[in-house]
Amino acid sequence: MQQALFDYTLYLADSALILGQRNSAWCGHGPILEQDIAITNITLDLIGQSRSLYQYAAQLKGGDATEDSLAYLRNEREYKNCLLAERPNGDWGQTILRQFLFSCFQRELYTQLTKEKDSTLAAIATKSLKEVNYHCRWSGEWVLRLGDGTAESHTRLATALENLWPYTGELFKGVEYELALGMDPASLYTPWLSAVQSTFEEATLSLAPVASCFMQLGGKTGIHTEELGYILADLQYMQRAYPGCDW
Amino acid sequence: MEMRNLEELFQQKIDQEVKIEPKDWMPDAYRKTNIRQISQHAHSEIVGMLPEGNWISRAPSLKRKAILIAKVQDEAGHGLYLYAAAETLGQSREQMINDLHSGKAKYSSIFNYPTLTWADMGAVGWLVDGAAIMNQVMLTRTSYGPYARAMVRICKEESFHQRQGFETLLVLSKGSEAQRALCQDAINRWWWPSLMMFGPRDSESTNSDMSMKWKIKRKTNDELRQQFVDMIAEQVKLLGMTLPDPNLRWNESRNHCDFGEINWDEFWQVVKGNGPCNKERLEARKKAWEDGAWVREAAQAHANKQRTRNKAA
Amino acid sequence: MLHFIKKLYYGDIPDASSGAAPLNDKQQPATDWPLWEVFIRSKQGLDHKHVGSLHATDAQMAIENARDVYTRRQEGVSIWVVESKYITASNPAEAGELYEPAADKVYRHPTFYDLPDEVKHM
Repeated sequence: MQQALFDYTLYLADSALILGQRNSAWCGHGPILEQDIAITNITLDLIGQSRSLYQYAAQLKGGDATEDSLAYLRNEREYKNCLLAERPNGDWGQTILRQFLFSCFQRELYTQLTKEKDSTLAAIATKSLKEVNYHCRWSGEWVLRLGDGTAESHTRLATALENLWPYTGELFKGVEYELALGMDPASLYTPWLSAVQSTFEEATLSLAPVASCFMQLGGKTGIHTEELGYILADLQYMQRAYPGCDW
Repeated sequence: MEMRNLEELFQQKIDQEVKIEPKDWMPDAYRKTNIRQISQHAHSEIVGMLPEGNWISRAPSLKRKAILIAKVQDEAGHGLYLYAAAETLGQSREQMINDLHSGKAKYSSIFNYPTLTWADMGAVGWLVDGAAIMNQVMLTRTSYGPYARAMVRICKEESFHQRQGFETLLVLSKGSEAQRALCQDAINRWWWPSLMMFGPRDSESTNSDMSMKWKIKRKTNDELRQQFVDMIAEQVKLLGMTLPDPNLRWNESRNHCDFGEINWDEFWQVVKGNGPCNKERLEARKKAWEDGAWVREAAQAHANKQRTRNKAA
Repeated sequence: MLHFIKKLYYGDIPDASSGAAPLNDKQQPATDWPLWEVFIRSKQGLDHKHVGSLHATDAQMAIENARDVYTRRQEGVSIWVVESKYITASNPAEAGELYEPAADKVYRHPTFYDLPDEVKHM
């Protein structure tokens, strides 16, 4: 097995799953029915992406690995999702900003992946890219609404930006398995930043307060925030309590 | 035209199975009954998202997680279609939501029961959605057009719900001893509450029944309940499980299943707000609505600004 | 008239039994987002058909909400939305004068004309 490719695929899968898991908490609790349904569509897209990726990873690993054994039976230190995905939902502003930052990154990343020589990853990226484009659009419009809307929504969004920005640096800092595959994400930074900035400008959201913030790293190599342990306790409860069962 | 004449014409239409549409003349009580019933139905869908949503984060496999999310999301859609149907009668969605939050409007009591284990996802789908579908299929022929059309759309989507519920239990019934125990336990807990979903016995009411005359409803509580019991009593055999009712048996002479007495005291207690989760359910809905207020305001404010800017440009 | 309706059905718990106040008929000034009507073309070549309504702050959001709400099962390939207040409907009370005059114009329908069997496909 190609360890680097396996790790890289898990990184993509874990990030999609953990963000999907986070977003799924909105189902039934959204600010208005139409948007409850909208964010849940994104949740389903993310979980769908993670399943395709886990299935591929399981194939790479061989043996009796399955999408579920990878998702449900790895521990905190084995999870490779980016830290951004595990940040708490907070209010609607924090959730949509997290989605926007992540989706814009995913758009650059998947665009690059569609040209990859690994045909499975390229195919997954091609399929997912359509979804991701819509996520960027949907979350970008919400950034605009909240930034421009009322004084309260603007303040809340600015707070969310301060909360989340320190977790964006990691996305562009290549780790061992990325570099081994020649997938250094550093080149994605400029197009990502310019997309993010242009929406922020329209939303009158200033990057100045976070411009020089210290970036948190570690998620991609399994060093997470305290949040992840709780997320996994929830996510994996059934498989841990009833090992070896079919559901 | 005289009032009496209008009422006769209205009843004629109903009798001839002509649907009533939003702008048609209708008796005030018909309008009110429909608003009340459709909004209660909508509230039931929305509150009904909570007990199942409870298990989204803990679903035992990624496939089950996706199915459950899609199902709970469908319920949001159903609530939305129903609110829209009620809005055609002149009641705003916001007003209906306020009535739910203030306790003026009700929702189906079944959602005041807790979902304690994963097997409850199966039991809710099979029994609760199964009971709801009996009612909903009948409602696709209800006399008020927008309500009937909403129900057609909902019924198409609901059949997936009941099937996935039964299949969830089927997998458990073929699983380990612990899984089989989960399955039987969930059936035991959900059986009686799901029978209560059909409402009190027909004999509890002796008055002439306008809902039937106006064809808002087409079958009585006891008719629907009997149909449900007959159906489930057969299906439970496929699971190799039992229903928790010693008096349940096939009655050759009636060509129906006999079954035991429902605990009506419990029924009325839950209706009155004393069920296991009444408080939590309402609190959760209020919290979502109140936490969302600034979001709805901001979106509206942005749209207004945008319109002004476009005009100025 | 409401007092006639005593029978209870699933999802229809009477106010009196639940200790609730009667439904408030007075409309409060709504801060609801505006209501939009949604029309969907289910596949290329067919008409857009009214499927329902939803709330949205503007046309763009209405399209996206319609996509999320009404096309989850691939029900459509094209969406129209229009704010409900811009729909003008004919008056049902005028149905007689509007539609009945068409009833006796049987000659507008092809089946009105008897042709010999030899004439095929006309």
